[in-house]
Amino acid sequence: MTVESTAARKPRRSAGTTAAKSGADTTGTKSAASKRTSAAGKKSPGVPGAPGASGPGPELVQLLTPEGERVKDATYDPYVADITPEELRGLYRDMVLTRRFDAEATSLQRQGELGLWASLLGQEAAQIGSGRATREDDYVFPTYREHGVAWCRGVDPTNLLGMFRGVNNGGWDPNSNNFHLYTIVIGSQTLHATGYAMGIAKDGADSAVIAYFGDGASSQGDVAESFTFSAVYNAPVVFFCQNNQWAISEPTEKQTRVPLYQRAQGYGFPGVRVDGNDVLACLAVTKWALERARRGEGPTLVEAYTYRMGAHTTSDDPTKYRADEEREAWEAKDPILRLRTYLEASNHADEGFFAELEAESEALGKRVREVVRAMPDPDHFAIFENVYADGHALVDEERAQFAAYQASFADEGEGK
Amino acid sequence: MAAEKMALAKAINESLRTALDADPKVLIMGEDVGKLGGVFRVTDGLQKDFGEDRVIDTPLAESGIVGTAIGLALRGYRPVVEIQFDGFVFPAYDQIVTQLAKMHARALGKIKLPVVIRIPYGGGIGAVEHHSESPEALFAHVAGLKVVSPSNASDAYWMMQQAIQSDDPVIFFEPKRRYWDKGEVTTDAIPGPLHKAVVAREGSDLTLAAYGPMVKVCLEAAAAAQEEGKSIEVLDLRSMSPIDFDSVQASVEKTRRLVVVHEAPVFLGTGAEIAARITERCFYHLEAPVLRVGGYHAPYPPARLEEEYLPGLDRVLDAVDRSLAY
Repeated sequence: MTVESTAARKPRRSAGTTAAKSGADTTGTKSAASKRTSAAGKKSPGVPGAPGASGPGPELVQLLTPEGERVKDATYDPYVADITPEELRGLYRDMVLTRRFDAEATSLQRQGELGLWASLLGQEAAQIGSGRATREDDYVFPTYREHGVAWCRGVDPTNLLGMFRGVNNGGWDPNSNNFHLYTIVIGSQTLHATGYAMGIAKDGADSAVIAYFGDGASSQGDVAESFTFSAVYNAPVVFFCQNNQWAISEPTEKQTRVPLYQRAQGYGFPGVRVDGNDVLACLAVTKWALERARRGEGPTLVEAYTYRMGAHTTSDDPTKYRADEEREAWEAKDPILRLRTYLEASNHADEGFFAELEAESEALGKRVREVVRAMPDPDHFAIFENVYADGHALVDEERAQFAAYQASFADEGEGK
Repeated sequence: MAAEKMALAKAINESLRTALDADPKVLIMGEDVGKLGGVFRVTDGLQKDFGEDRVIDTPLAESGIVGTAIGLALRGYRPVVEIQFDGFVFPAYDQIVTQLAKMHARALGKIKLPVVIRIPYGGGIGAVEHHSESPEALFAHVAGLKVVSPSNASDAYWMMQQAIQSDDPVIFFEPKRRYWDKGEVTTDAIPGPLHKAVVAREGSDLTLAAYGPMVKVCLEAAAAAQEEGKSIEVLDLRSMSPIDFDSVQASVEKTRRLVVVHEAPVFLGTGAEIAARITERCFYHLEAPVLRVGGYHAPYPPARLEEEYLPGLDRVLDAVDRSLAY
């Protein structure tokens, strides 16, 4: 299924119309998603007076409406006040290319070239906005879906595909781009991020760390422990939770009874909920949080309220657990369409830009396809490589046994 | 400092002090390691001398301790973390096994994880539940980890130095019931490699292989057997991952009999691995099957029963007799 790629290749110019038809409003409070939440809320009321756990609520930071209109926010506007038209086009380009890459990877999985793929479709704004907020010396700890953040960090996207193709279990040098390996065990990396941030503080540096995780991971003990450690040691870390509404088949209601960003309060640091489909808002809020960290004011939790439009991974079947209408409602809030509308309305981009990007997008897809298909299987002896930094007698012994076994086949071949 | 007699716990303390002094990147982390100096006082006085920034009292969260130590190692630090007792390591087991052990390989060798995890382990001190376990086989089974245990003060000092200097994660099991045993520590001697087994007592009739707390028991058994005219060799393995099979093989080729002794349950334990490997390597040298003495396939018992559970002199000598009877 490559519905995703259609949107990437041909951003629909009727975004505003689509949004109007589906009844999405500027705050999102009347979306289908919040109706669903209200229904759930009736069955089991949450904390009195608290906004629903899943509804976006009036606290959502937004700078760009689903209709592509720029709205004011006194707190966060200063963080994007000096953004140039060129930078805006850059954010758009990042999102389009990331979506194109993602669509290509999904197709490659369907063609049997990848064993699995975790699509980011719908989360481009959350990732590009936050990723572009980071500085070169910052360090990023992703989960396994942060293809857009990797893009922002300058990691060659084809490097991300090795582990999904099965030629390695990570495959890049984390220190090359200060972008750590993808972490599959949910939430483990939030502790690594916290420890790294503690190290930055010890070094007296003004870098910051950003840790990505999802709404499902928020239930993990490691995430809670990372909140504790980062608060206690005032570590310069930003926890960036992409609440994409679904942890495989489990909705956010199965993870929390209060809005996720509010958890920060209990640990003694601020939490902010941002419209995760609004790239400008994600950029501004993340910049604000990173600057807090740099100033030595400690951690922040940012909850990017967004939606995973595709499946959890290519092994998943979302039709079994969620309604089509829900996705349709979120399509109206598509992060790419709303920025395009804004770029066009403000005359920041012309047809030539979009046409060039279209061509660049196709070229990226082609390159990804070619690189993946050309990826060689690893050398057999890679099994024994880098198990230890200082070596290990058992690994040496077993490597030698393996070599002898392999050599026995060579001998047989020669005999034939 | 040259040679000095000190308790095993003090030797580790001295070793940590030396490491903190030598390398500003070395950190001590754990629950109560600062002001209190650890529940066994192994880190006593270190925070006072090196400050709260180097000797860090952590929240009571084992996964958090190991997980943040991983992050600190990625930033270039060399954290030495303390898990307060053996049975409390399991909340951190996920971080150790899924993250710490594998990260070097996943990054194709581009990053190193020089983290030492100190775990006071084993029984014999009359403690309550979860305070007397020997989970070393669970860690030795995991590729990417190195697992060691000193049996005496000198090894405790030197093996800790070597563990901290290692670029690999090392699980450092400290025999808590030997913390107060004194021994000669020569701090300017050149130590042998971290993973080399050593002959703790020469003998010719049978080899007892042990590590950590059981080495002393085996030495006592060998002394008792001597009175009965039996010459027992005692091998201190020192490392459970890797295991120095060459030294075990050399000893068995000499004595032709092997009994492996540890506190941990016998089933699928370190002794099982040694028995299998030595049977492969020394089949024609062995006069008897390799025997094992250790814990039972039961939860570590309440303190009033631990003497029955733990291998003592009599159980070791019984195994010696059974082996010699073949």
